[in-house]
Amino acid sequence: MATIDLRGVSCPTNFVKAKLALEELEPGDRLELLLDDGEAVKNVPRSLKGDGHKLLGLQKTAEGDYLLTVEKGEE
Amino acid sequence: MKEQQEKPRIDLGNLKAGGFIKERGKDLFTVRLRVPGGRMAVPRLKKIAEVAEKYGGEFVHLSVRQSIELININFRHFDAVVQELGEAEQQVASCGARVRVPVACGGCEYNPNGLVDTQKSALEVDQRLFGAPTGHHKFKVAFAGCPFDCPKSSTNDVGFQGALLPKLDKGACISCGLCAKNCTPGAITMGEDRKPLLATDPCIWCGDCVKVCPTGAWEAKQTGYNVRIGGKWGRNPLVGTLFATFLPEEQVVAFITGVLAWYKEKAEGQGRIRLGDIIIQEGPALLLNHLRQQFPHSVVAATVPPQVIDTQVGVRGVQPWQP
Repeated sequence: MATIDLRGVSCPTNFVKAKLALEELEPGDRLELLLDDGEAVKNVPRSLKGDGHKLLGLQKTAEGDYLLTVEKGEE
Repeated sequence: MKEQQEKPRIDLGNLKAGGFIKERGKDLFTVRLRVPGGRMAVPRLKKIAEVAEKYGGEFVHLSVRQSIELININFRHFDAVVQELGEAEQQVASCGARVRVPVACGGCEYNPNGLVDTQKSALEVDQRLFGAPTGHHKFKVAFAGCPFDCPKSSTNDVGFQGALLPKLDKGACISCGLCAKNCTPGAITMGEDRKPLLATDPCIWCGDCVKVCPTGAWEAKQTGYNVRIGGKWGRNPLVGTLFATFLPEEQVVAFITGVLAWYKEKAEGQGRIRLGDIIIQEGPALLLNHLRQQFPHSVVAATVPPQVIDTQVGVRGVQPWQP
């Protein structure tokens, strides 16, 4: 499973980058996104859900960032 | 010179609800257009541009309450302006001591934050109550779809703010923690069993937990409007206070009608006075009791009078309510 580092990327660029990364995948494939605390971790998961992807989990990293696991939804 | 000598004939019926506002220049008026909730169909926008170009000045003004105002309209052209705007079903707004055109945020059709259909509510109120004389002063209504409250609902005579009461289906929860992370007021924490716990006190009913929940474990138990009454801006601002929670969307017109009836009765003989000042005089309990008869499930147990902002200049001309 690939990990995309979106730390330091502001809204909505982080979401659009995540969208572009998901476009490369097949439905059912998984992707990890590394997100900043604050706006990013609040907005990006909700927006991905709105696009029809499946959120599988959220983990706080040792550095205080967040790792979001997403499964690509049906087209 | 011939035009100046002609006596203008104007259909005074067009002026009944107001919306024609005198400008500085001789014979010139601003024509305020009726745009409930700020939603403007593109063909209407084109027609407005056409009429503005033909009869108005070099620009239009976007008012703070979501209207388009045509500037520098000569009063001789009132009938033509009304008739040509009417071709695109565009009407003129209200002003003065009447129910004004309601303001609303974008609502919930395309805005991901919207919890209720504020556009539908604004349109309904506009259709049913537009221009109704209050007998006393202006009467403003606004609809906000969520607690972000972009329309600043509590600065209106009656302000509606969308709200969602969440409930959890523990069995459907996958313990991802997204809801707790997303809960801005910190009402949700993850319990020892890795399931979320909701503390009702700091919850502001924003619905963020429902929106982010990957499995639908968080769902809406109830949605509706929190209603604040008695707000105003201007010379002596007041912030409206909470009178009802989770008012069903379909009861909005009846609720405003109930408030208006109380306002008209209590303001009798007092001339040009706003609703908020009447509530301060009479005490909020009287209005609560009046509304509770018709809306027993929504009206709150107790509230405070509209709030004066201490930073304002001057002394208010009304006597404070004595409990």
